[in-house]
Amino acid sequence: MKKTTFILMAIVSALFLLSWILKAGSLSGETDNYILQGFLVTFSAFLTLSVLSFLYADNPLYKFAEHLFVGVSAAFWMCMGFWTTIVQNLIPRLSDGLSKFFEQQPQPGDYNFFFFIPVILGIMLLMRLSPKGGWISRWPLAFIIGTTAGLNFVRYLRSDFIKQISNTFVPLLGTEWQGIGHFFSNLDLSASGQLVAIAANWVIFLGVFCGLIYFYFSKEHKGAFGAASKVGIWVLMLTFGASFGYTVMGRISLLVGRITFLFRDWLEIIS
Amino acid sequence: MDNIGVIISLILIFGGLVALFYGSLKGREVDRRIIFLFIFLAVAAPILFPMTFEEKATQVVKSVFDKVENLPEGSTVLLSFDFDPAMAPEVQPMANAISRHCLEKGHKIIFMSLWATGQALLSQSLSESILPGFPEKQNLVDYVSIGYKAGNEGVPNVIITDIQKMFPTDVNSVPLDSIPIFDNIESCKDLDFIVSFGGGKPGPKEWILFVGDPGGVPIGVGVAAVVAPQMYPYLPDQVIGILGGVKGAAEYESELIRVHPKFADMDTPGLLMMGPQTLAHVVIMAFIVIGNVVFFRGRRREKKE
Repeated sequence: MKKTTFILMAIVSALFLLSWILKAGSLSGETDNYILQGFLVTFSAFLTLSVLSFLYADNPLYKFAEHLFVGVSAAFWMCMGFWTTIVQNLIPRLSDGLSKFFEQQPQPGDYNFFFFIPVILGIMLLMRLSPKGGWISRWPLAFIIGTTAGLNFVRYLRSDFIKQISNTFVPLLGTEWQGIGHFFSNLDLSASGQLVAIAANWVIFLGVFCGLIYFYFSKEHKGAFGAASKVGIWVLMLTFGASFGYTVMGRISLLVGRITFLFRDWLEIIS
Repeated sequence: MDNIGVIISLILIFGGLVALFYGSLKGREVDRRIIFLFIFLAVAAPILFPMTFEEKATQVVKSVFDKVENLPEGSTVLLSFDFDPAMAPEVQPMANAISRHCLEKGHKIIFMSLWATGQALLSQSLSESILPGFPEKQNLVDYVSIGYKAGNEGVPNVIITDIQKMFPTDVNSVPLDSIPIFDNIESCKDLDFIVSFGGGKPGPKEWILFVGDPGGVPIGVGVAAVVAPQMYPYLPDQVIGILGGVKGAAEYESELIRVHPKFADMDTPGLLMMGPQTLAHVVIMAFIVIGNVVFFRGRRREKKE
C-alpha cells in the first residue's frame, strides 16, 4: 500500500469514528440503541460520500461501496425470495412438518403434489454449480425462457402493438365535432377545449405518420416524401429531448434525496 | 434569514456561471468537476434555504386524482410499491400522497410490491408517513399489506385470475380468506383501481400488459422521471393518468392540499424538491447555452483563419 493511500485511509477512519461518536451522542436521548443507530447513519453517510467521490476520480472507497452494494443486493433479493415465496407459497403445499418448522399455518386443502415439479426444476437449475452436471440446468432454463417468451409475446402483441395501432386512429376533427359553424361559434382556446383536442389528434397522427416514413428505406427520401421524413426526424428529436429532460429531472431528484439525507439525518443542519 | 441565504446562493451560482462564461470565451477549458460542483451548489442551496413554487395539477395528474376522488366510499384500491431505494426520492412522495388520499376518501387499500426492496419501503411509508395521520384506520379492515412475491411479471399474470394463489397470506402470515377486505375480492378484476409506483421491470408497464389490458381494470401509474416518456403512449385508453417523477408528485400533493385542506400541514417532499429541481435545471440550461456559444464562436474563428 502506498504511503499516501495509507494516510488517506487513516484520516477517513478517524473521521468515521468521530462522526459515529458525535452521532451516537446526539441520538442518546432519543433511542435506546443509539450506538447502533449512530453507526448506521454514519455508515450510510460514508457510503453516500464514497459513491459520490467517483465524480472526482475512481478510488478504493468507491470500489468498496460498489462491491458492498452488489453483494448486499444479491443476498437481500435471495433471502426475500426464500422467505416470501419458498416458505410462504411452496412449503405449506408440500409438507406439514416443514410448515410447522417455518411457523407457517397450512390451510386445509393446501397440499398439492404438482408443486414438486417446480422443486425439481429448481434443483436442476442449481446443477449449474456442478462442473459435470452443468448441462442439466439447461432444461429448466429452457422452460423459463420458453414460458417467459410465450407470456410476453401475447401481452406485448396485444398492448404494445394492436392497442397502440388502435390508439393512433384518432378522430382528426375531435370527438365532439358538430359542424364548422358550431365549432367557431363555441371556440374555446382552453387546454380542455375542442381546438386543443383537435390539434393534439393531428400531432399524434402526423407524428406517427412522419416517424414511420423516416424509417421507410425502400424509397429515396426526396420531394414530399423527403419533407415528411424531415418532419419525422423533428418528431424523433423532440421525443429524445423530452426523454433527456425527464432523465435530468430523475437524476436531480436522486441527488436531492442523498443531499437531504446528509443534511438532515447525518449533519442535522436542516429539520 | 432564508431569503438572505437564497439571495447569496443565487449570486454565488450565477456569478460563478458568468465567470465561467467569460473564461470560456477566452479559451479556457471547463473541467467536468466544476460542472459537478455547480450542480451540487444548485441542489444544496434550496435545500438549506427552501424555495417553493406554486404547482397546478396538469391533466395527466388530475385524471389520477379525480379517479381516487370520485370512487365511491369503500372501493378497493391496489397500490403496488414497485421500486427500490434508488427510485424512492422521486416515487415515494407520490405513493404516500395517493395512499393518504385513498384513506381520506374511505377506500380499502391493498398494498403490495413486485420488488423485494419495495416491501421495506412500503413498511417505512406506512409507519412514518401514511398511518400517523389516520390513527382510526385498522389493519386488515381499512388496509392490508400482502407484501412481495418473487416471479416478476408472473405475479400479475397469476393474480389477474386468483390473488390467493400467489398470496395465500398477508405480510404477517394472516390467511387472506380471513381478511375482511378480501370478502368480495377474488382477483384483480374485482378491484376498482390499481396504481403502480415504479420505474423498472417489473413495474407499471407489466401492470398495464398483464392486468390493465386483459382484465379491463383501470390503471394509474406513478413513475420515475426516466420512464415517464415511455408511459405516454398508453394514455388515455390503457392508463388513466401518469405521475411523472417528482413534478408529478408535487402536482398531486398540491391538488390534495387544495381539495382537502386538512393535509396543509402534511410533509410535502414533492413540493419541496421542486426548488432544487428548478435551480439545477436553470444551471444545466446555462451550461448548454455557454457550451453552444463557445462552440459556435470557436468554429467561426476557425473559418476566419
